[in-house]
Amino acid sequence: MASRIQNIFASLKAAGRKALIPYITAGDPNPGATVGLMHALVRGGADIIELGVPFSDPMADGPVIQKAAERALAFGVSLRQVIGMVAEFRKTDGKTPVVLMGYANPIEAMGYEVFSALAAEAGVDGVLTVDLPLEEAVERVATLKRHGLDPIFLLAPTTPAQRVAMIGELASGYMYYVSLKGVTGAAHLDIDNVADKMRQLRHNTALPIGVGFGIRDAESAAAVAKVADAVIIGSRIVQELEQGESGLQDRLVAFLSGVRSAVDAVRA
Amino acid sequence: MQMAGKSAEQTYDMPDAHGHFGQFGGIFVAETLIPALDELRVEYEKAIADPEFMAEFNYELKHYVGRPSPLYHAKRWSEVLGGAQIYLKREDLNHTGAHKVNNTIGQVLLARRMGKKRVIAETGAGQHGVATATVAARYGLECVVYMGAEDVKRQAPNVFRMKLLGAKVVAVESGSKTLKDAMNEAMRDWVTNVDSTYYIIGTCAGPHPYPMLVRDFQSVIGEECKVQCAEQVGRQPDAVLACVGGGSNAIGIFYPYIDVPGVRLIGVEAGGYGVETGRHAAPLTANAKPGVLHGNRTALMQDENGQIIETHSISAGLDYPGVGPEHSYLKEIGRAEYVAANDDEAIAAFHDLCRYEGIIPALESSHALAYAKKLAPTLSKDQVIVVNLSGRGDKDIPTLARLSGIEL
Ligand SMILES: Cc1ncc(COP(=O)(O)O)c(C=O)c1O
Repeated sequence: MASRIQNIFASLKAAGRKALIPYITAGDPNPGATVGLMHALVRGGADIIELGVPFSDPMADGPVIQKAAERALAFGVSLRQVIGMVAEFRKTDGKTPVVLMGYANPIEAMGYEVFSALAAEAGVDGVLTVDLPLEEAVERVATLKRHGLDPIFLLAPTTPAQRVAMIGELASGYMYYVSLKGVTGAAHLDIDNVADKMRQLRHNTALPIGVGFGIRDAESAAAVAKVADAVIIGSRIVQELEQGESGLQDRLVAFLSGVRSAVDAVRA
Repeated sequence: MQMAGKSAEQTYDMPDAHGHFGQFGGIFVAETLIPALDELRVEYEKAIADPEFMAEFNYELKHYVGRPSPLYHAKRWSEVLGGAQIYLKREDLNHTGAHKVNNTIGQVLLARRMGKKRVIAETGAGQHGVATATVAARYGLECVVYMGAEDVKRQAPNVFRMKLLGAKVVAVESGSKTLKDAMNEAMRDWVTNVDSTYYIIGTCAGPHPYPMLVRDFQSVIGEECKVQCAEQVGRQPDAVLACVGGGSNAIGIFYPYIDVPGVRLIGVEAGGYGVETGRHAAPLTANAKPGVLHGNRTALMQDENGQIIETHSISAGLDYPGVGPEHSYLKEIGRAEYVAANDDEAIAAFHDLCRYEGIIPALESSHALAYAKKLAPTLSKDQVIVVNLSGRGDKDIPTLARLSGIEL
């Protein structure tokens, strides 16, 4: 059976459109806000939502997402609660895929079997674990897959071609190309470089490829949409959350709609 | 350091090809760093098989660091304690004042071999930062040291030393502002500057191959100790003690003894206010569950949701929620024992060594001394304990003065 993520990419492809994938950290600015923000992201044009699981030691994140995790952890937001938020979201949205994105240890602490069962039941679709590379992933990914969850993997500018193919065999749903060497929130995006790299990646995997890191506005989103299957936006969205709850849903919808139009103006 | 060609009776052979020590260790990092770690592993294997590299490493250890470090019979203190004979492996006498420099010499030679022009490091007590700044100056490399903002305050003399040596010290304000946060920030730097930069990790933690190569570079301590024990005692000791932060001085002295029967290996963690209070830095003693942090799987102080919890120790160098994966493994297979010494026990042992032996030890090393103080009286006078005196206490003098209510 095709997963919700696979279906989305199939229908977008048929329509000649690209996916828009915003990221927020669950529990930021407070745990009660998250489900409403997820719905707002959908209203703004999100095809898939990446929902960050806050972790005390976010080694791959820049200051913006680090602080988002700190705000969430100040409320004691746990992986179990994040899964609960997805279940809540699913009550009124059965269509938009949700990918949990975070670090290995909260899942390790819960155990892969328990986590996979709970996440699948809540309506989680994919799992991206930043610090779980191919080397350590095989058994863990098998458990995710047994529960129908898509394991999403990162590809980096430094990833050699043969390794892209190996990761592609383990991954399902889509792959996430990190556009630059660095942490989330870094400023520069070299679009020519990304375009080159995308051509190479396509030789080594048939999975859809999203590009993230460094996308901050309609212009950079459109540029990425020309070469990738999905545009992933994290820190720029979290900066809206940083401004506090007042008018937040409207601000998110406004920002994302602008990006959505720019992405849709790019036809495959 | 003798690494190539294990002797016939040597059976311990860890880690495996992917850096696993049983269920511990491994490589848990973001994809961007994987090729850099692969390259490091390949270069390391070539380097240690290269007689020129090894000759240079050994030359530096001898002429720059001042090795071999003495094995010293602490006769007076042993007498006072009334039990086993205590010997001190004097890593405090190394250039820069701690064992850390054994590792930074090895890694800076690797960095140079790999053509890197910039080195970075994390530091807690500042000893590893100083040892890194030192070798960076020695080899003319740019050096940035990440240090938790709390530790910058606690270890002011070392911050100034690093600056004198030409390093840039970055105070890390995120998280608990201690060693683990400094390591997070160093990882962020590395992922951003991976082409130009070599990350000199200061303890036997991090992703493979770091736990292995740090162990190998530090194992000079145990290799010397074996020779010195044979010469001075006529046999190997009954127990070898070392403090455990990440565990590099401990693995350095333990490793050559792993296959030697009859030698107890005892790692002493930081008990802080007491393991029972929860405010400590003793994951192994507290039987902490394994978890994943900083690139490897190991015993980790964490809450039930897998968030890393804040640790406490009087000594910044032991204030770390994890421990090198090989120690988790040595505990699991029962080859090494792990105990804790509390802040006040470490301070008492610190004063003992000052008064009875005329040696001012590092607060980190004082934890190992504290357990020796407990263990020695339970043993007979012809038994022998070696304590790895991992560093000297000059850097801790402001802390000790403050505890006595004195402003320097
Ligand atoms: C003197 C001394 N001993 C021990 C340690 C702890 O490190 P490790 O457990 O890696 O030996 C430190 C760390 O800063 C130190 O400075």
